[in-house]
Amino acid sequence: MAGRKGMEVSIAVSEAVKLANVDVISAYPITPQTHIVEHLSELVADGELTAAFIPVESEHSALSAAVGAAAVGARAYTATASQGLALMHEIMFIASGLRLPMVMTVVNRALSTPINIWNDLSDIMAERDTGWIQLFAINGQEAVDLTLQAFKLAEDPRVLLPVAVNLDGFVLSHVIEPVEIPDQETVDRFLPPYKPGIRLDPENPVSMGAFGSPDVFTEIKKQIDEALIGSQKVASEVWKDFGTIFGRTYKPIESYKTKGAETLLVTMGSISETAMSAVDLMREKGQRVGLIHIRLWRPFPFKEFFQAIREAKVLAVVDRALVPGGAGGPVGLEVKAALFDKQDRPYVAEFIAGLGGRDLTVEIFSEMVAKASRYAKTQKELRYEMIGVREK
Amino acid sequence: MAKVDALHPWKEAPLGCVISEAGNARKFKTGDWRSKIRPLTDQEKCIKCGMCWIFCPEMAYTLRTDGFYDWSSEYCKGCGICARECPKEAIQMIAEEE
Repeated sequence: MAGRKGMEVSIAVSEAVKLANVDVISAYPITPQTHIVEHLSELVADGELTAAFIPVESEHSALSAAVGAAAVGARAYTATASQGLALMHEIMFIASGLRLPMVMTVVNRALSTPINIWNDLSDIMAERDTGWIQLFAINGQEAVDLTLQAFKLAEDPRVLLPVAVNLDGFVLSHVIEPVEIPDQETVDRFLPPYKPGIRLDPENPVSMGAFGSPDVFTEIKKQIDEALIGSQKVASEVWKDFGTIFGRTYKPIESYKTKGAETLLVTMGSISETAMSAVDLMREKGQRVGLIHIRLWRPFPFKEFFQAIREAKVLAVVDRALVPGGAGGPVGLEVKAALFDKQDRPYVAEFIAGLGGRDLTVEIFSEMVAKASRYAKTQKELRYEMIGVREK
Repeated sequence: MAKVDALHPWKEAPLGCVISEAGNARKFKTGDWRSKIRPLTDQEKCIKCGMCWIFCPEMAYTLRTDGFYDWSSEYCKGCGICARECPKEAIQMIAEEE
């Protein structure tokens, strides 16, 4: 197996897409876009990847073209970010509703206004309820690995749902990290060619996307919900296979120094690594602090979440998206709702931070942990607190 | 309201609500959505040209062995396109009783 080399994460992701041997890549090539599809278009133009590259006039069309490609049984891929994802919103539901497997890299960036496009999770969190499997990478290697895993997961006959692989804009997408790109033979061993079940085929015609009256709509939605919930079991199998072949293990919720920890940071994405450094420093000072990060956001892995936090007294949840006028950010809402039925539940302090590319430093994680512990002592009634807001 | 013949339990519903049986919209009888008018053909004026059959958006007309066209109350929505397109003004839209 090849060794690690320094690569821009976007380029590494496009190499993973190439190794996944995709048939169709459709993408809007203009801002907000990344080097992922730019590099893929080069790979196709140079003959290194035999695939149809469809440059389209909008992200709405990019995802529509991917839907069309998946509908005829092709392995389809697209990538977007920020406003581009927002423009795909309508088609997100259609991809999952038609049960078409495909993979999309979402390079997480803020939504306007103000025009920003720096990193936060407001783009994907607005797509939370679209019926897609949603995974979050914390570094370049995970971005590569999750991309390969995503195809296998999406295409499993028990799943047949689209997968969004999320990675943080700029702080991951545009940085150079040491990444191991596997060889084709090993990837082929892990990821077999896609065998579509139902597809558009002149020999065996079907209609896709017909209307569903009130008599049938609920049953179809129930089916999607069950498929999404059931995909977690398949994800575990995919991760087990991946671990056997590639030697790297993945779990829906990852724990870091949770043993004996009284307070746990709850994070997602690349900030998790900074937060781990903060945990190390706090541990050195004797603070009983740990961290969990959520890799599988949809379906939400409730059982693994309860298991991971079972010893904690306080959770400091870090949300990088705002739900204006609500009870908290998306992760905070999920965590609090999940814990509602539990008799013995930890105190949850929720922090909104890192919006629109504002740096989240080790010091800020320490500050959140300190605040969470303090608020827990008085059981402060706190919906959420925005961190680092200038008051004057 | 007309019902589709077979309503599946969720586990048996076709994946992605795909339709694998060609022409099964026929089973979905929407004639009871009709506005309270229906076509009536005067066979004295009818020249059997088939314009009503061609233009009907619901394909509610069927050809009879004698060359005239029958109207189906199971599909007709009372739009009146047949009456409008009939070159001999042989079709009238008439009020239906409740």
